[in-house]
Amino acid sequence: MLDFLTTLDRRWIFLMMALAVAIPVLTQATFPEAPTPPTRAVFKAVEDLPAGSLVLLAFDYDPGSAPELQPMATAFTRHCCLKKHKMIFLTLWPTGTPMVDQTIRDVIDGEFADLSLKYGEDYVNLGYRPGNEVTIKGVATEIRKLYNTDANGTSLDDLPLTKPVRNLFDTKLLLNVSAGYPGAKEWVQYGGTLGEIKIGVGVTGVQAPQMYPYYPDQVLGMLAALKGAAEYEAALGDRYEQYRDPKRNAAILRMGPQLFAHLLMVGLIVLGNVVHFANRRRGVA
Amino acid sequence: MQSLLRNTVPALIAGIAGVVMIVAFFVPVAKPLQQLAEVWFTILAAMAFLIGGTNLFLHHAKKIAQQQAGWGFSAVTLVAFLGTTIVGLLKWGVPPAEKYPNVAWSGSYQEEGSALWWLYEYVMNPVIATMFALLAFYVASAAYRAFRAKNTEAMLLLGTAFIVLLGRTYAGTVMTSWVPDEYSALTFPGMTGVIMAIFTTAGQRAIMIGIALGIAAISLRIILGLDRSYLGADD
Repeated sequence: MLDFLTTLDRRWIFLMMALAVAIPVLTQATFPEAPTPPTRAVFKAVEDLPAGSLVLLAFDYDPGSAPELQPMATAFTRHCCLKKHKMIFLTLWPTGTPMVDQTIRDVIDGEFADLSLKYGEDYVNLGYRPGNEVTIKGVATEIRKLYNTDANGTSLDDLPLTKPVRNLFDTKLLLNVSAGYPGAKEWVQYGGTLGEIKIGVGVTGVQAPQMYPYYPDQVLGMLAALKGAAEYEAALGDRYEQYRDPKRNAAILRMGPQLFAHLLMVGLIVLGNVVHFANRRRGVA
Repeated sequence: MQSLLRNTVPALIAGIAGVVMIVAFFVPVAKPLQQLAEVWFTILAAMAFLIGGTNLFLHHAKKIAQQQAGWGFSAVTLVAFLGTTIVGLLKWGVPPAEKYPNVAWSGSYQEEGSALWWLYEYVMNPVIATMFALLAFYVASAAYRAFRAKNTEAMLLLGTAFIVLLGRTYAGTVMTSWVPDEYSALTFPGMTGVIMAIFTTAGQRAIMIGIALGIAAISLRIILGLDRSYLGADD
């Protein structure tokens, strides 16, 4: 047995991982989530804003991070729609524009179609501009220097929502969904430092440790990884009855596969060490 | 003359731009200069895409022409690159914008249903997602073979990984649900919170301060023209 485990074909491990992920995906197993303080802080910031407040949503990620981050973008946009906030979307990632489009399509044009939110009055998509930190600085000082038109080429002065907006600080809240560079850290360093703006972020698990030093001063709250997204969805469900059904919440659904994948990882680490020490005792390793 | 254009002029541009940014931070009247430098930066950043694309094309075209090892991959890269560029530039399958129904190219290049949208949705999106999804399998295999408690540091790392892996899921909540509320910091989620908020934050702050000091020093060297490594190899 020990010899079998020592020379275990990694395809067995691949098979176990496939099952650990596939079974909860197929059975749609869900588990309760309790929002942690960093998540609650972002939720409260959106919830406490007066209805109709202007919120800037920066979605800086691509399809590689979408399974982890798209639920955050959806939940933020959903919450803004529920509170009837006005929304300005933009992205610092060239591959992020379809992420913004998808969120608008799914949430504003899909889920909240009955609200008949009007483009230019209730929300605007500024799209992508190159420049990373400089784009952030431009948005924070004089938005028209970089974004003189929206994603469709319409002048910001021709859109009722953006006409009075001069820079980032004319918005009440910045919600950033970030997968890396440029993203949450750059928004804090090059945007938040130039004035008074509340910043809430949603980041990948890899990026979360880099953002903890900014919480709770420079960023008021943070959604860390898929769990953070699930916690936000749980907070939405606690407040709005129609979102209590876990099947409506992508992150809560994805926490099932994550739970079993994590348990498998823990099991594999333990087993790997047992095999290692058993071999050492035998004088093999 | 060549050295002047290749080294001195770019170093001067970098130096002047750097000084403008520093001065504008402290002297408000210099703000317009700073904004001008930022606009120029954005234009250059957009131009960098063109240069990057040209470089990519030349690099892979050379590999194919000389039939170097792995030239087949270069061929796939070039086909994907040229295909995406052409359908994007020509706006294949893009319907005219509602505002200008009689103008053929008035629609957005990434309009739903267009060739570029199709490529993104059905090629790039699944390819990137698949690549990242494969990580789970390799991480699991590595966890079994490489994560060994060989010494104290490795044991600490192992212990931390255990707590965070369990604390970030419902399993951690269930396993330590018997812990009284007043000792919630001793539950898996509680310990995960402590690790992230105290140990990780302290370590990250140290790294961030170190990086910031390093960036300040390097920036100063670039502005003063002492560091020209960014211009390429010294001749």
